Amino acid sequence: MTAATDLTLAGARAALARRELSAVELTRAHLDAIAALNPRLNAFITVTPDQALAQAGAADAALARGDAGPLTGLPLAVKDLFCTAGTRTTAASRILGDFVPPYESTVTSQLLRDGAVFLGKANLDEFAMGSSNTSSAFGPVENPWKRQGEENTVLVPGGSSGGSAAAVAARLALGATATDTGGSIRQPAAFCGVAGIKPTYGRCSRFGIIAYASSLDQAGPVARTVEDCAILLNSMAGFDPRDSTSADLAVPDFAAACERGVKGLRIGIPREYRLDALPAEIAALWEQGMAWLQAEGATLAEISLPHTRYALPTYYIVAPAEASSNLARYDGVRFGLRKDGEDLKDLYERTRAAGFGEEVKRRILIGTYVLSAGYYDAYYVKAQQVRALIRQDFDRAWDQVDAILAPTTPTAAFGRDEKQDDPVAMYLNDVFTITANLAGLPGMSVPAGQDAKGLPLGLQILGRRFDEETVFAVGRAIERNAGFSALPALRAAA
Amino acid sequence: MSLDTATVRRVASLARLRVEERDLPRLESELNGILGWIEQLQAVDTTGVEPVAGGGAEALRLREDRVTDGGIQDDVLANAPDRAGAFFAVPKVVE
Amino acid sequence: MSYTIEGASGAWEVVIGLEVHAQVMSEAKLFSGAATEFGAEPNSQVSFVDAGFPGMLPVINGECVAQAVRTGLGLKAQVNLWSRFDRKNYFYADLPQGYQISQYQFPVIGRGEIQVELSDGSTKMIGITRLHLEQDAGKSLHDQHPSKSYIDLNRSGVALMEIVSEPDMRSPEEAGAYLTKLRQILRYLGTCDGNMEQGSLRADVNVSVRKPGEAFRTRCEVKNVNSIRFVMQAVEAEARRQIAVWEEGGEVVQETRLFDTGRGVTRSMRSKEDAHDYRYFPDPDLPPLVLQQDWVDQLKAALPELPDERRARYVGEYGLTPYDAHVLTLEKETAAFYEAVASGRDPKMAANWVTGDFFAGLNRHGEGIGESPVSAADLGALLDLIADNTLSGKLAKEVLEAMFETGKPPAAIVEERGLKQVTDTGAIEAVIDQVMDANAGKVAEYRAGKDKLFGFFVGQTMKAMQGKGNPALVNELLKKKLG
Repeated sequence: MTAATDLTLAGARAALARRELSAVELTRAHLDAIAALNPRLNAFITVTPDQALAQAGAADAALARGDAGPLTGLPLAVKDLFCTAGTRTTAASRILGDFVPPYESTVTSQLLRDGAVFLGKANLDEFAMGSSNTSSAFGPVENPWKRQGEENTVLVPGGSSGGSAAAVAARLALGATATDTGGSIRQPAAFCGVAGIKPTYGRCSRFGIIAYASSLDQAGPVARTVEDCAILLNSMAGFDPRDSTSADLAVPDFAAACERGVKGLRIGIPREYRLDALPAEIAALWEQGMAWLQAEGATLAEISLPHTRYALPTYYIVAPAEASSNLARYDGVRFGLRKDGEDLKDLYERTRAAGFGEEVKRRILIGTYVLSAGYYDAYYVKAQQVRALIRQDFDRAWDQVDAILAPTTPTAAFGRDEKQDDPVAMYLNDVFTITANLAGLPGMSVPAGQDAKGLPLGLQILGRRFDEETVFAVGRAIERNAGFSALPALRAAA
Repeated sequence: MSLDTATVRRVASLARLRVEERDLPRLESELNGILGWIEQLQAVDTTGVEPVAGGGAEALRLREDRVTDGGIQDDVLANAPDRAGAFFAVPKVVE
Repeated sequence: MSYTIEGASGAWEVVIGLEVHAQVMSEAKLFSGAATEFGAEPNSQVSFVDAGFPGMLPVINGECVAQAVRTGLGLKAQVNLWSRFDRKNYFYADLPQGYQISQYQFPVIGRGEIQVELSDGSTKMIGITRLHLEQDAGKSLHDQHPSKSYIDLNRSGVALMEIVSEPDMRSPEEAGAYLTKLRQILRYLGTCDGNMEQGSLRADVNVSVRKPGEAFRTRCEVKNVNSIRFVMQAVEAEARRQIAVWEEGGEVVQETRLFDTGRGVTRSMRSKEDAHDYRYFPDPDLPPLVLQQDWVDQLKAALPELPDERRARYVGEYGLTPYDAHVLTLEKETAAFYEAVASGRDPKMAANWVTGDFFAGLNRHGEGIGESPVSAADLGALLDLIADNTLSGKLAKEVLEAMFETGKPPAAIVEERGLKQVTDTGAIEAVIDQVMDANAGKVAEYRAGKDKLFGFFVGQTMKAMQGKGNPALVNELLKKKLG
């Protein structure tokens, strides 16, 4: 029999339903895996075994009563950006201290409603700012994958949802919640060889998720298969009156959409994504993806998204601007860290200097500067205008195509000691993912192949606003064709 | 547009981030690196383009005027680094 | 005629604009479901949204929007069907989010105007620049501990309307009249209780001075003045200070000042280390506020009668003097009381009694109209007793005073004290006969032509009747008997 930790979420659900496995056994297997591997991977900031086992016990009772929800007994990791009632929530920052929220985020409360078991809180880049999960105040996360022949080189899992992606890849959880502001679900999913979807802005409530950049942040799942992502998103999504930006729309059956097939779909290939610097193996994988879809009856069309090259600088104005304001509440007065000072201003400055890490400070400073008097129009207004042009690019594309296929990242996972000095070089990681956030579109990364050194590579599917169903259908088709079965070096039961 | 040391100091003060003098040159160069790179946006013709504000919905939904929250004094104060009875406490503010 | 302050260099004109913060009357806060009631336990009316906790999001209260629109309509202002919320970023102990949600660039209400009444009977139009919705901050208490300030967030997130006037006022009186009228309109509309003591209405006063005919000079803002009288005093104090600065060859610096009510002077607020740079930008948590024209039309159709309309109606329909109409409409409660008294009765007589003896009685007993021991129904009943000749005017005044003292209805007092006016001609004639018998000499003198003795006989008759004789009948019967 397959080890409990190797099951997919859908597979585990079936096994629980058939009573081949109890929820407590399933949870215990994951807790054991965490105990064995987390000291090295550091994918979890906080593990909650007692709570997990109690939830699993309740799940078994529900299963016995024939009263199971869609996620009953399925152990998940929760990115430590989602507030969880009674469990410390850190945003991977020192500034939150030992903050224990007295409230539950909408997304996690919906997962609990549907019976999920929470194993603990997954590591991330501090305040979700980063693409390598090296900026966490609780230490970096190690990617469970290794370059062939370089077993001692520690690779980054991507970010900001690096803990979520690493935990799922290493079989420490069946799935995980994550958030994506500029690629923070898709890029780590690609780096860790798992699937992840950022749904349309407004699809999942932001209530109770610690904000980074409010107009870009969106929650979504990371899991090992496209179908598992669909099952999780079905629970996570839905209208929430407590979030003014939440879309009042019914949630479609995403799992059903996975099997729709791609016959007759028009797939766009954006000309501007063919970067000169794109490694040949990524370009080749992209071509392969096109061929797979074509073979399944989709048609391909080259499209133009002319403002693509301005997406990154646009993002690096909008996101820091919003962050500089969103992070003003961390002032040492009502919760979190406090460093005493001579007076209130000094207290603020010392608290925030001690509480925030370097990348967060950098973005707060950039954000403060671009909003300040005399620069607002040149930076912030200009960026929001370019953002409008980027949206228009996509609006025009949707006249011609139903979905867009592109690489998720311009490289495979890189070493923890590579690329770290230059913030701008680091920002380039998000070059393919960031447009979906700026335009509010759904985007998914599916593991589709490996580079020459055996590291996973992802393909990305973008869709129209609130058309995650087509994204799932295309994602599943890529998954089916890719037959991605490689395993990371570090994993449970390995 | 590039930042000088005085501007970095002023921005840090606006953001309430204590920056040690010795760190200013490094920050100045990092921030200028980022801003210089952002500068390429100026090349885009945005004449007459309505800026985007916000990520999604077209209009606010209006909530009903009912008291549905509050009355959770202890929860509100539970995480306070310095709590004085029913209050949060901070160093004395002189107006 | 126009107001000026005489300086060493001649006359100075004063230019005043007001920014009024009016707390919106609503059950719950602008962006959270916590209560707005005044005077609760510290931090008991606070949600996690109001306290700026991680992950919390604002959701707007529709009634607060409706109240702002009603106010805009009451100020004859433009209602903007598209408006937006911005963040005003600054750090302060009682500002939990580190920003205030306000409407900076696109307010919900645009230009309007208010007609104010001045003491010389003239009126003046004062322009309204805009009205926008914003959150109130919490409260810092500085006197509870020697080295700490205490923070109470009960007010944090309560809806405020900031109502900005044009710099159209030219004297302390005009500033006072504007604030009085604005408060009156808000109270009529039921959009703000206007309670300045509790801080439901506060004014920031912008003052500058100039030589007549000049362009505007630099202004200063006197913050948070909390009574109409203090607004008027602050204007004068600040204007005199600025005149002194200019006349000494100095330069007025644009700054924020506070009015020291004890010493009657303004003083500079300790200038913040940073120049203000609020870094306004659209709040990404809040899509635009888009209103439907029919919704606005429905609010308009349901607006109560406003003071100017009511005053015009009292003059036009009831024939009251403009002065009485003004006095009766100053407070919504007074107007309602008056209308209850006047209903089905002579409106002028009702106005005379309400503004005369009734107000005097309230003053004497130190009561406001809300706590009056005399109800409108009882005052109306008293007027009915005058109209049907049960009481003379003089007796009615006595009865009213007894009503103030006992709270009893007039009929009961008349009954208890036997104050009923005598209208029985036979009874009056019998008294007149006695008076004439007792004063036979005077009767002879009168009949011989000493007409002015008539008053003597009236007095004697009324005295004998303890004032209860119907004056008209007494006159009539005396004339007949004396011949």
